[in-house]
Amino acid sequence: MTEQTTQAPVPVDLTDRRVRKALGRRDWFAHRPLWRQPLTVAALVVVAGWLAVAALANVLAPYDPLQQDDATYAPPSAAHWFGTDELGRDILSRLLFGARLSIPLALVIVVLALAVGGVLGLVAGYLGRFVDEALMRLTDLVFAFPQIILAMAVSAAFGPSTRNAVLALVIVSWPVYARVIRSSVLTVRGEDYLHAARLLGVGPVTALRRDVVPNSVGPAVVLATLELGNAVLMLAALSFLGLGPRPPAPEWGAMIALGSHDLSKWWVSVFPGLAILTVVLACNVLGDALRDRIDPRFAKGR
Amino acid sequence: MSASVAAAGEAPAAARRRPRVPHLVRFLAKRLAVTVGLLWGVTVVTFALVHVVPGDSATANLSEQALNDPALVAAYRARWGLDQPVYVQYLRYLWNLLHGDLGTSQQTGKPVLSDLAHYVPATMELAVPSMVLALLIGTAVGMLAAVRHGRATDQVVRVGSLLGLSTPPFWLSLVVLYQFFYLLGVSPSGGRLSTDFSPPPTVTGMYTVDSALAGQWAEWWDAVQHLVLPVLVLTCLTVATLIRFVRSAMLEVLSTDYIKAAHAKGLPGFTVLRRHLLRAGLVPVITVSGLAFAALLSGTVLVENIFGWPGIGQYAYRSATALDLPSILGVSLFVALVYTVVNLIVDLVYGLIDPRIRLS
Amino acid sequence: MLLATEGLTITLPGGVPVVHDVSLEVGAGEIVGVAGESGSGKSLTAQALLNLLPAGSTVDGAARFDGKDLLGLDRRGWQSVRGAGISMVFQDPTAALHPMLSVGTQLTEHMRRHLGLSRRAARARAVELLDQVRIPDPERTLRSYPHQFSGGMRQRVAIAIALAARPKLLIADEPTTALDVTVQAGILALLSRLRDETGLSVLFITHDLGVLSALTARTYVFYAGRVLETGPTPAVLSTPRHPYTAALLGARPHGATGTGALQPIPGSPVIPGAAPPGCPFEPRCSYAVDACRTAPPELARTGPDRYAACPVAPELEVSA
Repeated sequence: MTEQTTQAPVPVDLTDRRVRKALGRRDWFAHRPLWRQPLTVAALVVVAGWLAVAALANVLAPYDPLQQDDATYAPPSAAHWFGTDELGRDILSRLLFGARLSIPLALVIVVLALAVGGVLGLVAGYLGRFVDEALMRLTDLVFAFPQIILAMAVSAAFGPSTRNAVLALVIVSWPVYARVIRSSVLTVRGEDYLHAARLLGVGPVTALRRDVVPNSVGPAVVLATLELGNAVLMLAALSFLGLGPRPPAPEWGAMIALGSHDLSKWWVSVFPGLAILTVVLACNVLGDALRDRIDPRFAKGR
Repeated sequence: MSASVAAAGEAPAAARRRPRVPHLVRFLAKRLAVTVGLLWGVTVVTFALVHVVPGDSATANLSEQALNDPALVAAYRARWGLDQPVYVQYLRYLWNLLHGDLGTSQQTGKPVLSDLAHYVPATMELAVPSMVLALLIGTAVGMLAAVRHGRATDQVVRVGSLLGLSTPPFWLSLVVLYQFFYLLGVSPSGGRLSTDFSPPPTVTGMYTVDSALAGQWAEWWDAVQHLVLPVLVLTCLTVATLIRFVRSAMLEVLSTDYIKAAHAKGLPGFTVLRRHLLRAGLVPVITVSGLAFAALLSGTVLVENIFGWPGIGQYAYRSATALDLPSILGVSLFVALVYTVVNLIVDLVYGLIDPRIRLS
Repeated sequence: MLLATEGLTITLPGGVPVVHDVSLEVGAGEIVGVAGESGSGKSLTAQALLNLLPAGSTVDGAARFDGKDLLGLDRRGWQSVRGAGISMVFQDPTAALHPMLSVGTQLTEHMRRHLGLSRRAARARAVELLDQVRIPDPERTLRSYPHQFSGGMRQRVAIAIALAARPKLLIADEPTTALDVTVQAGILALLSRLRDETGLSVLFITHDLGVLSALTARTYVFYAGRVLETGPTPAVLSTPRHPYTAALLGARPHGATGTGALQPIPGSPVIPGAAPPGCPFEPRCSYAVDACRTAPPELARTGPDRYAACPVAPELEVSA
């Protein structure tokens, strides 16, 4: 009887977040207020800036991005801040309009891959057994291909176009989501309350909706943010190889490819590269910050 | 009575016999089965992929004029077996594959196997040094960041590795070429060897190794100079991923009691780092290096493109754009094979380092 | 005194004080107990004595060990004190032993450094030590890895490692908490025997008062980073002078009262940095008077060699 009522004073749990906050552990600065994380704030500003650029490209751009001019390969000047390319098109204008391509396309890729991978991951994790095994072998298979080679093969097979590049990138990126969602389903599935729910006669669909899905949202959001940068990067890589949006679309990767023809005209490729770099970097910083905040398992991996 | 004694005597003997099959052999046999399954899966997926799409290699490889001549197109298809049903094509391919024949590349007209033998060493010459450098630098820097956790060094390393992750490899290649070839003129523009030299006699297919074996030091130096920039770019890419991983693995170890215990024993800090931290922190690092190597091979596609490096990435690119099925399959099989072999090596090294795996 | 701290105050990075004004003494060959709940600062005090606190922590006050001023030591000074002067056994031997280094390596690496032994001599001493902590087949043990042993055996190995460089003081931080009850007794007997055989001093940290009475001569009771009561262990446990000690005894599942009635301590422990201005136990104490609410009470003598930080202690008649 006495063993049951162990009324020893409640120990202070040093892993408790409140306690650690009270202790003011400095290594816990994932939970510092946002304004004390200058890097995260900067990333937010950059992302907001690029979204604004994508929305207002037609207002901001000084020239028509497709309009050719006799002044080919003009170096940066007051008239053309970032210079012109081999057809005399204004690089700054193309860059601004490029945001209208890359950012929405990356979002589409992430959303589609998340939808496909998420559903398959949920099903695999929840049903387990054969379905799970088959799906995991399939993700293994996709992982065994280097991403870019597979994406290249797919988009080459379907013919180079914007739609096919997106399709190719969805095909190569869904397995990551499937794995993450599956593992968070597995964690929840092992929990006692789910067994209890089953005993109470809660159907699998209800259980999925009520317990499993909410638990997968955090990891999925973190992953999607990190993958957003990756999608921008991969899309640029495909169009650099000539497998993305068809010319003369002002795609950043394709613009860099134009610059590779003549190294002396550095401005043709440097500026689109910086555009990609800033977008992807901002996404990665945000993804990192989100991961620290949402998924405590990764808090140290910052 | 006697029968039951005999049976009782036999059972332990049988039980004793079982572990006599070495664990390693069983492990390798299991791995082999998985690898064969994976390779088979690769052929199915690639075949399916190439056949669900509208175009085929005839449209990709024949000229506009030839395409207008139905007789020519039919001849081309017959020549490459494209007129057969898909399952016949597939079974024929599998049959040949089992005999070590990967088919003939439609764009080079040579056997895919000899194409691979030509292009693979070039890529390995880039990938292996990059991987080794990335592992060395990634471990050192990641460990430094973990030890200086939360301080300025850590932040700088963090930003640096994020920067590496966010840089398009093809753009970085152009930037270093512009800097070191165009502006400074200290580096060749691309390729594996200057035109003044002819390739050394082929032993491994890697110019730096072959020229050294042949004692052609001028060629060797030239080949090394051609390697520097592409290896630099590939190392930067791989290091960025590895650093982040090493750092979090090391942080995990640093928070353990055994590191505290090592300090409490009065060991100098450096000994604790080298003997206690490094050993434990390296295990997870080794397990990801397989994935890192696969990512590095991805990077070679883009980097080879810029540096005019005649490697597997360029070959894959040309095969893909020409819808050259035998070559695409060959490259896919090769890459999947590398993936499994690297993971096998990873597991074996893992067993060497961690006694808990070795002895169980 | 082998170890004496005076007014030891520990502040973790971020400026939160977690240990206040702790004065501890450990004599040569003495086993001294430190009792308290998790988070009472007892482990942090122990870590401060080995300079193992997280980087950025500050330690004020004084701590003298074997004629040395611990708080004034530099890096090299600490290296010579750690292991050879003061050593430590951790709560969970599985976590405190390196999983990938052989027992032999972990047992000899610091021994060779501190005692200047050759490889051969270190191994001979390692065998001797393993024998001393009652580990069968020491020769084979040296080539083994920690995962090949049971929990109790691992803790014996950890104790052997802690003793390898002939320290004068062993800090044992809840060394039996992670072990089975039957194994616990063996470890306690081992520590007691080692003290008798080698004259080792032990600072024994625990939350289990039962363990204290079996092993220690004197006890310090910690709460919220302060020493609330100290004295000879039998006296403290039989006639506690501080309401907290009394509550702790009452709250023990196998209470000394024998009535079987358990009295839980009302309220919850203090979160570091959010302590009340007065006695940290005041919000949960049924004896509290006005004096308890203004400033933390000082330790005051309540009997022979006994002190309690409580204004009502002298009048307190607590039956535990």
